[in-house]
Amino acid sequence: MIRAILITLTVAGTAASAETLRLAATTSFNNSGLSDVLLPAIAQDIGLDVQLLVVGTGQATRLGQSGDVDAIFVHSKSAELAFVAAGYGSHRREIMYNDFVLIGPSGDPAQVRAATSAIEALQSIASAQATFVSRGDDSGTHRKEMALWATADHDPADFAAWYREVGAGMGASLNSASAMNAYILADRASWLNFGNKGDHSLLFAGDPALFNQYSYLPVNPERHAHVKAQAAQALGNWLVSPRAERIINGYEIGGEALFVFNARP
Amino acid sequence: MNEIWAGMAEAFLLIWSLDADLIDITLRSLQVSLSALVIASALALPLATWLAIRRFRHRRFVIATMNALMGLPPVVVGLIVYLLLSRTGPFGVLGLLFTPAAMIIAQVIIITPLIASITHQAMRELWSDYHDLLISLNTTHGQRIATLIWDGRRALMTAALAGFGRAIGEVGAIMIVGGNIDHVTRVLTTAIALETGKGDFALALGLGFVLIALSLCVNLAIHTLSRTEREGLW
Repeated sequence: MIRAILITLTVAGTAASAETLRLAATTSFNNSGLSDVLLPAIAQDIGLDVQLLVVGTGQATRLGQSGDVDAIFVHSKSAELAFVAAGYGSHRREIMYNDFVLIGPSGDPAQVRAATSAIEALQSIASAQATFVSRGDDSGTHRKEMALWATADHDPADFAAWYREVGAGMGASLNSASAMNAYILADRASWLNFGNKGDHSLLFAGDPALFNQYSYLPVNPERHAHVKAQAAQALGNWLVSPRAERIINGYEIGGEALFVFNARP
Repeated sequence: MNEIWAGMAEAFLLIWSLDADLIDITLRSLQVSLSALVIASALALPLATWLAIRRFRHRRFVIATMNALMGLPPVVVGLIVYLLLSRTGPFGVLGLLFTPAAMIIAQVIIITPLIASITHQAMRELWSDYHDLLISLNTTHGQRIATLIWDGRRALMTAALAGFGRAIGEVGAIMIVGGNIDHVTRVLTTAIALETGKGDFALALGLGFVLIALSLCVNLAIHTLSRTEREGLW
């Protein structure tokens, strides 16, 4: 009886894994809608069925470390370098970038529009004690926000109740910010593709400190022998190809390009 | 309020156009939850009936534990199953993480105590009626369990439907062990969570109404097939 169940489960589990690859990707890759155009093109060109796990950068690196995925697609340079240095990833390849933007209520109570730098914008939010929503989920966006607060000489742990960690993905956090009339740091792509903008608008962007690089890291087969290293290699080669460049640069929402391809072949 | 109407319109459109993705995730929801229900019932019904007719030292403790496990938090079950099935966990070599099989395992753990508790409650009362008869006929334990299960089948159906209800509406555990992968492990509840995250409330709500309708259909179908609530048969 138990053996029969185990066999059924194993068969059900492996039946779908013909030529597939598991990719843990950051929420913005999916929430921006880019994955919806890239994955069909990948399936068409190299016959690879990419199974996308949409998680934060922190969880993605954990999945890669334990070998539960074949490759990761994330945006937190220091975490990526540590991932490769510890031998979990075989190498790191920069694919594309966009930028982080500050979103807030159109009325702009903290006068973020007048800021000349991202640091100044955050400082004016902190001094106005305007409600601010933080991802709080150890994602790439959350780490960027933490780094910015540190540069601005603030420690979010000391903030009063106006600073709210929601511990959720980009879309869910934008929903919370929208409902609480709060400021939030988001990546441009997720913001443009977000369906519940309400009274919020993009208030600040363009500081080089808000640069957001996305990279592709295959999981090291020397550490996890079962990972599909060849498929991961093929996907890596495709992601730096001219065809990927055309699709990524050509992906627009409302006439605005979301990502800029910057891989070196 | 407008969003609720938009959700209803979206649900109607999705069903009317027989959206391919919708059919795919609906069938997967059914596949996962019905498989979990069959396995959980196969475990829970005999076990709970056996508990009803057997007297042993720690019986009270076992029953109390079983009742307490009804309240197992799905997200904790998900996390534990995840750690067990992860490549670094004890069952990692099976490669079951992020497959429908992993979701079935998690749901079996969640709904087995629920089905067992309701079954046990019903069987205990039935056993007090059947006790003298079955003992005087000198039946074996197996025969007694089989008789009770057959004669108590209406109550067992309620237990099974309660289990199904918990499984089909569950999101915490299957999100963790399934990963919500499109066309592989995405089911109705995880799709609703995803669309809510994108701020597409109409579609999320539309999927929600589909889920409620599905649950109703399954319940009606089982009631019709087992011909309950009919004169002379119940």
